[in-house]
Amino acid sequence: MTAPTPILELQHASKKFGRQHVLRDINLSLQRGETLVVIGESGCGKSVTMKLLIGLLQPTAGTALLEGRPLSDRSEREMARERQRFGYLFQGAALFDSLDVFENVAFPLRQNTVLPEQKIRTIVEERLLEVGLPVSVCRKKPAELSGGMKKRVGLARALSLVPEIMMYDEPTTGLDPIMSDVINSLILQTRARRPVTSIVVTHDMTTVKKVADRVVMFYPLSRLQPDEPQIIFEGTAEEAFSSSDPRVSQFVNGEAGERIQELAVA
Amino acid sequence: MSTATLPNERLGPIRTLGKTTLAVVEAVGDVTIFFTKILYWMSSRLPKPRVLLPSLYQTGVLSLPVVIVTGGFIGMVLAVQTYDQFRLMHMETRLGAVINISLVKELGPVLAATMLAGRVGSAIAAELGTMRVTEQIDALWAMGANPVNYLVVPRFLACFLLIPLLTIVADATGILGGWFFSSYVLGINSHHYWLHAIDYVGPYDLFAGTFKSTFFGAAIAVIACHRGFNCSAGAEGVGRAATEAFVFSFVLILALDFALGAFLQALYYTLWPSYGGGMVLQTDPSTLIAHLA
Repeated sequence: MTAPTPILELQHASKKFGRQHVLRDINLSLQRGETLVVIGESGCGKSVTMKLLIGLLQPTAGTALLEGRPLSDRSEREMARERQRFGYLFQGAALFDSLDVFENVAFPLRQNTVLPEQKIRTIVEERLLEVGLPVSVCRKKPAELSGGMKKRVGLARALSLVPEIMMYDEPTTGLDPIMSDVINSLILQTRARRPVTSIVVTHDMTTVKKVADRVVMFYPLSRLQPDEPQIIFEGTAEEAFSSSDPRVSQFVNGEAGERIQELAVA
Repeated sequence: MSTATLPNERLGPIRTLGKTTLAVVEAVGDVTIFFTKILYWMSSRLPKPRVLLPSLYQTGVLSLPVVIVTGGFIGMVLAVQTYDQFRLMHMETRLGAVINISLVKELGPVLAATMLAGRVGSAIAAELGTMRVTEQIDALWAMGANPVNYLVVPRFLACFLLIPLLTIVADATGILGGWFFSSYVLGINSHHYWLHAIDYVGPYDLFAGTFKSTFFGAAIAVIACHRGFNCSAGAEGVGRAATEAFVFSFVLILALDFALGAFLQALYYTLWPSYGGGMVLQTDPSTLIAHLA
């Protein structure tokens, strides 16, 4: 029996910005329904990987595939249609400053559907309640919201079209521990309510423990030899926490190790 | 490593010249591609009123006070600066003709566009730059929207349609400001002031000024949106985008003013040859040699 085609896949993908190499020969696949958590130091290319998978960035070399077909084979209009199958929670929520909360959550519906206004209102209110926000926030502007509320509005907006694939870019960064737990619970709740495939980019080990089916760890290219693979770990959360690789164990346990000496040299 | 940097230092000026030339060619090409994308999206899907109206309001209604004030002062300054010379020739009543023609053909369109490049262009670049930095433009892509269609086309249409109208307002307030100062402060007879003004300023002059301002409007929108879209990270990047939007559009306004001015002058004398020869260039070499001798 052959393995099912991954819903998302990177094949030998590399990405350079000018002269700076961020990703090198990455092979990564996501099976339908699983939750993949990508961990790694800041600047190791985690968010770039996610942007390659949704086609917001194009790989310098290699291919990004959706259901086995390269994204580069699709026209701009086709990609716009395919992106409706994705929900993307950005690191800073990326809410539109000029629109209020209601218009932000309604945006994907107005952009991609011809639903009547009453139906749009019902869906927006449902999504806001789903992320634990009262309908009274509808008329607030993003600038009036706290960090946790912005993330939840961002999540409500990402869920408004009932996506098949959810992408979370550092969903708990900058939040207090309680709000972080709320967001982690919302990720689990989203997965429980609908058959969704998820990819989560994070530094937060609590998120890893709570939501991951599978974990991959990226390492910065500047710290690797030219022939070393950039993905230094792939396995379950338990395996990550018991890994014998010092680079993995230092990261998951939050230990600086020999990096302290680098600080002294600097 | 030091040996590797030595040739670079020797070739410094040449490398710099090459790098600058490449950067200019790349920037011009990039702006051209950006402009064709705007035209493509404008022809394939016009923005919905919900998206277009705020841009029209921001560009048009909110710019009115500054345009009215600018126009009024230009008219009065022209009266102040030209009065003495005209008085010496006892031609004070001709002041209306000079003020109005200068306003309608040159100063109104150029100064209104400059003011709007500062007010509207910088604001567009800063807003789109902030959206780029805070991933709002990525969010548009991710939600199946095209940012050029959603963000740029409404701003382009607003500038293209409303900057000419704002220029007409600046012209009108300038004309009124010039007349007010000439009539009530300098004591020039209003009847003769307007008589000469009407004699000298024709529909073609009004058309020429307005025609130029449509190009200025388009230039401001394209440059400002392009700078905002290509904004580099951080507050510094947004600040630089806003400054570049103003400086680049100001230079482009002046360059366009020269090119369009020459074109419109030539067109005028082609359409109405009996009104004179227009710009006569002394290109006959024998005349030049005779002058030099």
